[in-house]
Amino acid sequence: MHEASLAGGVLQVVEDTARREGFSRLLELRLEAGALAGVDVRALRFALECLAPGTLLEGARIEIEEPTGLAWCLACSQTVTVRQRGDACPACGSYQLQVTGGMELRVLDMRVSDD
Amino acid sequence: MCVVCGCSEHVTPHQEHAHAHAPEADPVAKNPINGDLHFGAGAARVSVPGMSQARAIKIETDILDANNRVAQQNRAHFEAHGVTALNLVSSPGSGKTTLLCATIEALKARAPDLHVAVIEGDQQTSFDADRIRATGAPAVQVNTGKGCHLDAPMVAEAFAQLHSHHDHPHDHGGDHLHHDRHHHGGHGLLFIENVGNLVCPAVWDLGEAAKVAILSVTEGEDKPLKYPDMFAAAQLMILNKIDLLPHVRFDVARCIALARQVNPNIEILQLSATTGEGMEAWLAWLLAGPGVARAARSQNVDVLKRRIAELEAQLAARG
Repeated sequence: MHEASLAGGVLQVVEDTARREGFSRLLELRLEAGALAGVDVRALRFALECLAPGTLLEGARIEIEEPTGLAWCLACSQTVTVRQRGDACPACGSYQLQVTGGMELRVLDMRVSDD
Repeated sequence: MCVVCGCSEHVTPHQEHAHAHAPEADPVAKNPINGDLHFGAGAARVSVPGMSQARAIKIETDILDANNRVAQQNRAHFEAHGVTALNLVSSPGSGKTTLLCATIEALKARAPDLHVAVIEGDQQTSFDADRIRATGAPAVQVNTGKGCHLDAPMVAEAFAQLHSHHDHPHDHGGDHLHHDRHHHGGHGLLFIENVGNLVCPAVWDLGEAAKVAILSVTEGEDKPLKYPDMFAAAQLMILNKIDLLPHVRFDVARCIALARQVNPNIEILQLSATTGEGMEAWLAWLLAGPGVARAARSQNVDVLKRRIAELEAQLAARG
């Protein structure tokens, strides 16, 4: 459900950028939602589609990258990939993991048109 | 903040938005750019040579940037007021409000100088704020309407309401500066009772010192694993309603193990807000402040950093 609010956050960033950069049309928007960011990417995409009509998002192509979850395993002293929180270290089975990546929730960049 | 589009307008139905959304854009079919162009590939990320009508803009802004900026202001504001803010999160019905009422009553005897206030978040009604006000503590109800969580601007406004409506000793002018710390007879505690929801509130920073997740034994013991983001974000988990343990099937040890699996650093307290069992440890935790636990955690981090340095030294010696 909170993906609707996040879509609002995306639109806000786009509108702020439009004001600053003075473009008229958004062609392509690239987002990043990490595997451990607490976001359902399908729900976020749906929320963006619902929000788009009448806004700068309308007609824009939206790409959402999903960086893998990464954690430092304290037991085996290495960086490992985790699918979700609560997963064990795939190498040694320990739960002593410190998440180090996959929490990104960002607007990366956009391609715009001035015509 | 408007929950629908994230703008700062305070209008609920999206149709009535006063702020100008951009005029309609052409459908993607009119896009002069070749559809094959992969946005994420190579130089196209920052520039699109030979296509002057289109340009790339690097943003790298957090989607929650607007919220997080207000959350940081809240944090500074709480600090200036000598207030420790706690964000209480749980499913609906875990006993948050009952716990708060019992806590406020117990603190009256235990720490009479402590100023305790509550911000109550619910989709509708002011039932919870009414229950808090009945204890004598100031409370402000925030109704989120269709929203599933509190956000930082809501808390900023509610905090301002608390100050304008409840025995505030001095008048803040138009702008609210903190050249000197002005306390309310010492330290203060602000409980922010979030909307009952174990999913969305995990993502929104409100400016709190710590998130406290409350889980009652009438729920499933596997909730920490079912809603891992929330338990990963919480500093403390309270197991509430332990007086009911003889009547329900709830494996406390398994629940604690699952919580630690998701968050190895999580602190855990067991209590019953109804019978008062275990309340002493909770009050002690509150009075010590979550800063104590943070200090312990940073010590832990220091130990780990030393271990990393040792291992790196061993590696270097081998190489």
